[in-house]
Amino acid sequence: MINLTIDGKNVIAGKDMTVLDAARRAGISIPTLCHHPKLTSFGGCRLCLVEIEGIPRPVTSCTTLVGENMVVKTSTPHIVELRKTILELLLSDHPNDCMVCEKAGDCTLQDLAYYYGISENPYEGERRTYETRDGNPFIERDMEKCILCSRCVKVCDEVQGVGAIDFAYRGFQSKICPPFERDLDCEFCGQCVAVCPTGALTGKLWAHKGRQKNVNKVDTVCTYCGTGCNLTLHVKNNDIIRVDSAMSTWNEGWLCAKGRFGYSFVSSPDRLKTPLIKKRGKFKEVSWDEALDFTASKLKNIIKKHGADSVGGLSSARCTTEENYLFQKFIRAAVGTNNVDHCARL
Amino acid sequence: MRGKDFSVEQAAGTLESLYEKYRGEKGAVIPLLQDVQEEFGYLPEEAVNWIADRLEVPRSFFFGVATFYAQFHLAPRGKNIITACSGTACHVKGSERIINFIKRDLGLTDKQETTEDMGFTLEKVNCVGVCSISPVVIINKKVHGKAAPAKILKEIKLLKKKK
Amino acid sequence: MAKETSIRVCMGPGGIASGGEEVLRAFGRELKKSNVKAALKKGCSMHHVGCMGLCARDVLVEVVLNGKTYTYQYVTPDMVSTIVSKHVVGGKPIKEWLVDDSYVNFIKKQTKVVLSDCGRINPESLDAYIAVGGYEATRSVLKSKTPEDTIEIIKESGLRGRGGAGFPTGRKWEFCRAVESDRKYIICNADEGDPGAFMDRALLEGNPHAVLEGMIIGAYAIGADSGYVYIRAEYPLAVERLRLALKHAKKKKLLGRNILGSGFNFDIKIKLGAGAFVCGESTALMYSIEGKRGMPRITPPRSTEAGLWGKPTVLNNVETLANIPYIIRNGANWFASFGKGKSKGTKVFALTGKIKNSGLIEVPMGISLRKIVYDIGGGIEEDKKLKAVQTGGPSGGCIPASMIDINVDYESLAKVGSIVGSGGMIVLDEDDCMVNVAKYFLQFTQSESCGKCVPCRVGTKRLLEIMERITSGRGKTSDLALLEKLGNDVKSASLCGLGQAAPNPILSTIKYFREEYEVHIAGRCPSKVCKELLTYSIIEELCKGCCACLRACSSGAITGEKKKPHRIDQSLCVKCGACFEVCKFKSVDRE
Repeated sequence: MINLTIDGKNVIAGKDMTVLDAARRAGISIPTLCHHPKLTSFGGCRLCLVEIEGIPRPVTSCTTLVGENMVVKTSTPHIVELRKTILELLLSDHPNDCMVCEKAGDCTLQDLAYYYGISENPYEGERRTYETRDGNPFIERDMEKCILCSRCVKVCDEVQGVGAIDFAYRGFQSKICPPFERDLDCEFCGQCVAVCPTGALTGKLWAHKGRQKNVNKVDTVCTYCGTGCNLTLHVKNNDIIRVDSAMSTWNEGWLCAKGRFGYSFVSSPDRLKTPLIKKRGKFKEVSWDEALDFTASKLKNIIKKHGADSVGGLSSARCTTEENYLFQKFIRAAVGTNNVDHCARL
Repeated sequence: MRGKDFSVEQAAGTLESLYEKYRGEKGAVIPLLQDVQEEFGYLPEEAVNWIADRLEVPRSFFFGVATFYAQFHLAPRGKNIITACSGTACHVKGSERIINFIKRDLGLTDKQETTEDMGFTLEKVNCVGVCSISPVVIINKKVHGKAAPAKILKEIKLLKKKK
Repeated sequence: MAKETSIRVCMGPGGIASGGEEVLRAFGRELKKSNVKAALKKGCSMHHVGCMGLCARDVLVEVVLNGKTYTYQYVTPDMVSTIVSKHVVGGKPIKEWLVDDSYVNFIKKQTKVVLSDCGRINPESLDAYIAVGGYEATRSVLKSKTPEDTIEIIKESGLRGRGGAGFPTGRKWEFCRAVESDRKYIICNADEGDPGAFMDRALLEGNPHAVLEGMIIGAYAIGADSGYVYIRAEYPLAVERLRLALKHAKKKKLLGRNILGSGFNFDIKIKLGAGAFVCGESTALMYSIEGKRGMPRITPPRSTEAGLWGKPTVLNNVETLANIPYIIRNGANWFASFGKGKSKGTKVFALTGKIKNSGLIEVPMGISLRKIVYDIGGGIEEDKKLKAVQTGGPSGGCIPASMIDINVDYESLAKVGSIVGSGGMIVLDEDDCMVNVAKYFLQFTQSESCGKCVPCRVGTKRLLEIMERITSGRGKTSDLALLEKLGNDVKSASLCGLGQAAPNPILSTIKYFREEYEVHIAGRCPSKVCKELLTYSIIEELCKGCCACLRACSSGAITGEKKKPHRIDQSLCVKCGACFEVCKFKSVDRE
C-alpha cells in the first residue's frame, strides 16, 4: 500500500494504481476525455494533467503511478488554466451544434465545457469539415465532432480484436477512419459508439428519436444468445429507441451488433403474436391450445408410422438454459429420440 | 507498371515476392510500403490491402502508417519529380519565391502537386542537408544549388520539350 | 603520412551538389594520360573525401605535394587539367585559384575532434579509417575494459547527447546497463530532421566507421547484441556509405559473432525513415522501427527500461556516437579539456544563412557566438548588419545581435530562451523579417505534429493562424498577448518535445523583437518580406516603358504601351515581385 497526499488529503492506494484512479477513489474528480478504465492509456487529451511536487512539468495523472509520499495537486490555478485552454482548443475545432446533437445531455465534452465555463472561442480559424457521410447501415460517424481521443480505435483493437478503424494522416489533419476512407465495413458491434465521449459516433437508428430526459430506462437481459448480456433499453412511448449497457454489468457494457442494434423486431408489425396453422395453403391465426394439439397429434402420427428416430428437435440459442433443458428432455423422454440440437451459432 | 493503370491481378507476383523478401522480419511494414512504392510509383489501394491481408494485419493499420509518413503517396505522381527544399537556410534565401515561380510555370494551384497531364510533380521537403548552397531544388534526383528562378525554369523547359 | 603526391576531392553533401563527381572524374582522366603518368614517377593517389567544411566554396580540392597541402576552391572540371599540369606535375600552385586567408581562419579557429578525420579520409575505405587509428578504441575496450569501465570513461568525459536534449551519455548507458533483460538494443538516431542542419549527414557520409565504432562500444557497455541505424531516406548517399561500411566491418569481423575474438556478439541493421520529423523523438522513433505510426508515448517508462519492442534501449545521436572512439582513444580528460562548465567537448554546427563562410564547423563548447560568426564565419554576407542567430532549429530560438557575446553551451543558450539543439545555426541579417522566420518554424512544426495530443495538434494550428493573420495585415493588438498565453500553454501541456518546444521560435522573437510584431500588426513589414503587407507600384518618372515588367507579370496586372510609363492594377497584383526583379531602372517601388 502506498500513502500519498492528493489536494491535501491523505490517500492510501495500491502500488499499481495511477494517480487518477487513486484520486477518483478518494472522491477527488479529475477531468478526462481519452481515458477509459477498460482500455490501455493514451495520454492524448491532456485534461488530467496534475502537478506533482518535485516534477517540474505537469504530468498526466492517467499514466503516472502513485508513489510513496507523493504530493499531488489536481487543480491549481495553472492546471485549471491549461484545462480551459485545452477545452477552448477542442471546441475551436468542433461544430458546437449541441442543440441538434444526438449526444447532447450525455456528452463528456459538453459537460466539461459547462463545468469550466467555456462560452467563447478566442481562436478564429479553420475547422475540419468532411463532406461525405459514412454509408454503413448502423453507425453514424460524424468525424467533425471527433476529438481523436483514440477510445474507438482502442476498443476495436483491444476488446473486439477487429481493427476496423485506425488513426490516419497526422497533425491537424488526423482522422480516425476505415482503410482508404471507405465506408465502415465491420461487425458493427458498436463498442466504438459506446465509448465515444462526444457526438462523433452515434447509432443511426437512434437519430432524432428522443432526448435522454424523455426516456424510461429498463434493465433487462439480452434474448439473442445464451451469453446473457445485460441491456438497458431506452423506452419512449412504449417503443425501444436505443439500447446500451452499463460498464458495471458483468458484460462490462460490451455488446454485439444484435444486442445493440437488433431491437427493431420488438415493435415490428410483422412480429408473430399468436401461433399460425396453414390451412388450404394459407396461414391462419389459432389459439395456443389448438396449435399444441395439432402439433402433438402430428408428432404422434409420425412416430407411429416411421418411428421416433424420424423426428428431430432443433432449439434456439435465444432460449434460456432452462428452456433448452426442458426441450431436450421433451425430445428424449416424450418423443424418444436423441436427435436434438440447438443453434448456438448466432 | 507505373502510373494509373494498376491491376492487382497483374501485380500479385511482384507483391508476393515483396512479401517473401520480408517474411519473418519484425516490423517490416515501412520497408514493405517503401518497396511497393518503389515498384509502382505510388501506393495503390489494392496493393496495400493485398499486403495487409497477406500479413493478416488490419488494413486500417497499413492505411494509418501510409498516411502518417510524408514519403508515401496514395496517388500516382508525375513523370518528372521536382523537389523544392524549404529548409530554413533555403527559406531565408527565397525558396518560397522559387516555388511560386515553378507553380505558376507548371500551372499548379495551391493544393495541387501534380500537373493534369501527369508530366510534373512538385513537392516541398524540409531540408535535404545541403544548406550551404541554398536555395536548393532537386529535379529528378539531380541537386541544383544556389537555384535562381530563371535557372530552374530553364531546366523545366528542357524537360517539357523532352516529352 | 608519406611524402607522396595525393589529391583529395570533397564529395560531402555540398561537394557533390556542386559537381564533385565531375571534378573527380576529370582528375581521373587527367592522371591516366600517358604524359602525366610518365611525369609522375612516384605516382599520385586520388580519392574522394567527406565534407571538408566550407561548403559555400565547393568543389574544394586538396593537393598534397611534398608534405604540403594546398586547397583549391570553386573547382570545376575545366580547371582540372591546368591544376594537374601546372601544379601536380609542374610543382607550381595556381595562386589565384587557391583559398584565401579567410579560409585559413575558417579552418584554424576550429577545434576538430569528431570531424578530425572527416574530409581527410576516403569514407568508402575501411583501411583508410584504420590507418588513422580507427577501431583501436574497439580493440582496447573489448580486450582490456569491462563494460562498467567503459561507462565510467564516458561519464568522466562529460559527453552529453548531441541530438538536442543534452542528456549525459554515460548516465544513459548506465541506466540501461542496470536493467536486467534477455535482450537490449542500441539505436543510432540518424533521422536528422531539423531544417538547416546537416552535421549528421556530413559525418555519416564522411566517416561512417566512427559512428559504427561508437555503436559497437556502446553496445558492449550496455550489453546489447543488436543495433539499428534509423536514417532518413532523404540521405541516399549516407545510406549507401553506411551499407558499405557495415559490409566492410562484417568482413573484418568487427561486427557479427565473436568480434575480434572477444566473445562479444553484435550486429547492426539499417532502417530507413519515411519522412516524419517527430520520429526524432525517441519513443516515436522506436515505434517507427517497429513499423507503426510514429506517435510518441508518455514516459516513464523510459526507453532505457522499456524501449524498442519493450526491451531496454539506448538511443544516441550520430555525433554523440562518433565522439565515442575519439574519447576512448584519447581519454576522458582530454575530451573534457575542451568546453566550459557542464558542457564538455566540442560541437559541430551547420553554419548557414546570411554568412560568408557557410559550412560545417566544429568548435569547443562554450565558445562565444561572436567568434563563430565573425572569426570562423567571416562575417555577414555583403557585409550587412547581423540581426540574429537562430539556433536549435524549430525547437530553438533566436539570439539577437545584441547578445553576440553569449557563450554557446547548453546552459547559456537555455537561459536566453534558445537551445544548442542538434547544431543548426542560421545567421539572419537586417533583411530578414523575424516575424516571418518565427512563422516559418511554426509552419514546420505544425505540419510535423503527429496529432496525438490536443495542445500540439490544435494549439500549433491556432498559433500559426495568428501568425498568418499578423503577417498578412489582419493582426489585432490583442494577438500578441494571445500568442504568449497560448504559446506558454502549449509548452506546458504538450505530450512530447515537439509540442513542448514548438512555441519557442515565437516566444523568443516576441521577447527580443516585440516592436517588429507591433509594426506588422500596424500593417507594415519593415524588412519587406511579408508578401501581403507589400504594395508594388511603378514610379512613372523612372519607367522607360521597356515592357520587361509587363512580360514578367503572370497575373496580367501590368498594363502600358511601349516607351510609356506602365501601371500596376492593385486588384490583380498577386505580389509575386517578378516586376521588381526584372526592372533594370529601379522604377518598381516596393513599400
